[in-house]
Amino acid sequence: MKRALILILAATLTAGPAMARVEVKQFDNPEQEERYDKLIAELRCLVCQNQNLADSNAELAVDMRRKTYEMVKQNKSEKEIANFMVERYGDFVLYRPPLNSNTLLLWTGPFLILLIGLALLARSVRKRRATPIDAIDDTELKTAASLLDSESDKRDA
Amino acid sequence: MTRAAVPLAVFLAMAGLFWFVLGKMNEGEYNPRDVPTQFIGREAPAFSLPNLLDPAKTVSTEAMRGRPWLLNVWGTWCPECWKEHDYLLHLARREGVPIIGINWRDDADEAKAMLNRLGNPFEQIGFDPNSDAVIDWGVYGAPETFLIDATGIVRQKHAGAMTPAVWREKFRSYFTDNGASS
Repeated sequence: MKRALILILAATLTAGPAMARVEVKQFDNPEQEERYDKLIAELRCLVCQNQNLADSNAELAVDMRRKTYEMVKQNKSEKEIANFMVERYGDFVLYRPPLNSNTLLLWTGPFLILLIGLALLARSVRKRRATPIDAIDDTELKTAASLLDSESDKRDA
Repeated sequence: MTRAAVPLAVFLAMAGLFWFVLGKMNEGEYNPRDVPTQFIGREAPAFSLPNLLDPAKTVSTEAMRGRPWLLNVWGTWCPECWKEHDYLLHLARREGVPIIGINWRDDADEAKAMLNRLGNPFEQIGFDPNSDAVIDWGVYGAPETFLIDATGIVRQKHAGAMTPAVWREKFRSYFTDNGASS
């Protein structure tokens, strides 16, 4: 029983990596393989839009991987292949789109929000510091003192 | 009072935004997954594909020069394609619109069976099992319909089923203006 469990466990553990690389691709040299791996990690699958080509099993992604592979084999540069895809699918196909008027807000947005947050924080800190301590009047102090007293009385009792 | 109003205002603003956007999505006017095509105003990419009905022949963009035409990407696996089929038949038969089909990632026999059953709205059909032409045209789903004018420039694209409303709004004028029968 125990041995069977260990066998099943071993089988499932080793099955993972085997599944990850379904397609076997042959390259002329390691540099081509590196270029291919980099490209399919950078290009977006248009069907499952939050996956890259490497992760997606959508049929279009399979075909786009094949196209990428063919171009890598023809020794096209990374830039040429990326441009080929951008010409057809637009900047959206790149996970890191270039900075231009269309993508300006996309690139600067997070920093703008950070700045707004910092400004709000600075304002609230300044406001709190500006409140003088003696703005609390005597009656309020007395109520507070009596409340504290009654609390301690209760605890003593 | 004013402190409580801030989260309330934020909530109402968000609710309003969702109401608006989801409403547009429901009516089919807004699709967040839509990728704007790169080809409007550009020359139509050439393709040369085997003819689905006669693999010895090829279907190419060149033959279509001189008149406006539609390119429709479809497959039997795509439910919206079945939905729009009747309207494509109407366009081809009643309005005389030339439609070239690209049968995408499909089984040739199944595709032919579908056309036999429902009728064939296409002048010619290119068979594209490996997405060759599809990638060249920047297509990422089916159905997609392109309009190419007489000079070979892409003028319109619609992702999703062709409907009378879409036809009127985006496509019809190109065919009446150019003297094709309407």
